[in-house]
Amino acid sequence: MNLLKEFIKGWWKENPVFVMVLGTCPTLAVTNSVKNAIGMIAAVAFVLLGSSFIVSLIRKIVPNQVRIATFIVVIATFVTMADRYLAAFYPQLSKALGPYVPLIVVNCIILGRQEAFASKNGVLASVLDALGMSIGFGIALMLMGSVREILGSGTWLGMKVFGSWYIPWQVMILPAGAFFVFGFLIWGFNSINKAFAKR
Amino acid sequence: MELLIVFISALLINNFVLHYFLGICPFIGVSNRLDSAISMGMAVTFVMTIASAVSWLIYYLILVPFRVEFLEIVSFILVIASLVQVVEMFIKKASPPLYQALGIYLPLITTNCAILGVALISVLKEYSFIETLVFSLGAGLGFALAITIMAGIREELEFADVPETLKGPGITLITAGILALAFMGFSGLIK
Repeated sequence: MNLLKEFIKGWWKENPVFVMVLGTCPTLAVTNSVKNAIGMIAAVAFVLLGSSFIVSLIRKIVPNQVRIATFIVVIATFVTMADRYLAAFYPQLSKALGPYVPLIVVNCIILGRQEAFASKNGVLASVLDALGMSIGFGIALMLMGSVREILGSGTWLGMKVFGSWYIPWQVMILPAGAFFVFGFLIWGFNSINKAFAKR
Repeated sequence: MELLIVFISALLINNFVLHYFLGICPFIGVSNRLDSAISMGMAVTFVMTIASAVSWLIYYLILVPFRVEFLEIVSFILVIASLVQVVEMFIKKASPPLYQALGIYLPLITTNCAILGVALISVLKEYSFIETLVFSLGAGLGFALAITIMAGIREELEFADVPETLKGPGITLITAGILALAFMGFSGLIK
């Protein structure tokens, strides 16, 4: 039961993007299309799962003073793997994501989960926590990506959503649109949570 | 002339916060007061310039000759993390007043994605050493500019009647969106 709670909390109640406002860089930068968002979600999920697994395995043998440095090296190793894999098998996606794949290293969600959870809990709980957080991150990025691509290009994952009458709302796929959509989504999230809390 | 273009584009057109979305965490977290925003901007500019110079040297003098470019991510993040510590110790000894002003912001900078971002982007764009220096200085000042403007606006926002659930990150992001729109005006500056 407890394990289930660790798994589900990241989806909504402790959603890493909308509630904790972590990992904002990729949320804003790669959500101009759903395809880029999916690539980013896959890369982050891989890194988060891998490093949570390793960190919870070695948590008892790492001295407390050097734990942050150890976590960063573990994370950087998985990021390098993800980066090389994307560059080899999906060169186009890798190019579109640009520096944001290597930048997963400094994504606060990942280091935050290691520090707050994986370094204190067992392997199974840590992997479930990582999986739940990845899903929460995924929900956030898919929401951002869908809103921005549908409004900004009139398509969803490359498929036409509107007829030819629709004039794409260009600013949505530009940086300014990212800030607007993110701001309004946080607003919506907070309002819904508050409405539920009142009951 | 080339250098000037690199500088202006890093400062205004491809502003690190408003165009590349790097350093958003401090941009939202530390922008509620003007004086702390200015200190943060200065600390970032300082560390950014040194970090990207050191990363450039490591990349071209160690990683490329030994053909281990794939270690880029691991080595850059370690360099930045240890550099921040060294800079902190150095400032503490050399200039206590400066340490007083920047002190608490320095450790935060390790996890600032803008620092690693500048190092990675200079390698990606194959900048020379001098270009890297100018680029990182421009990027750092651009960050300082954005966070200072933001802090100025947010101090005024304190008196505005913002809906309860929009307060904090929400309104800051929407304000940043308007700022980003304003900065788009600079894009005509360089062809």
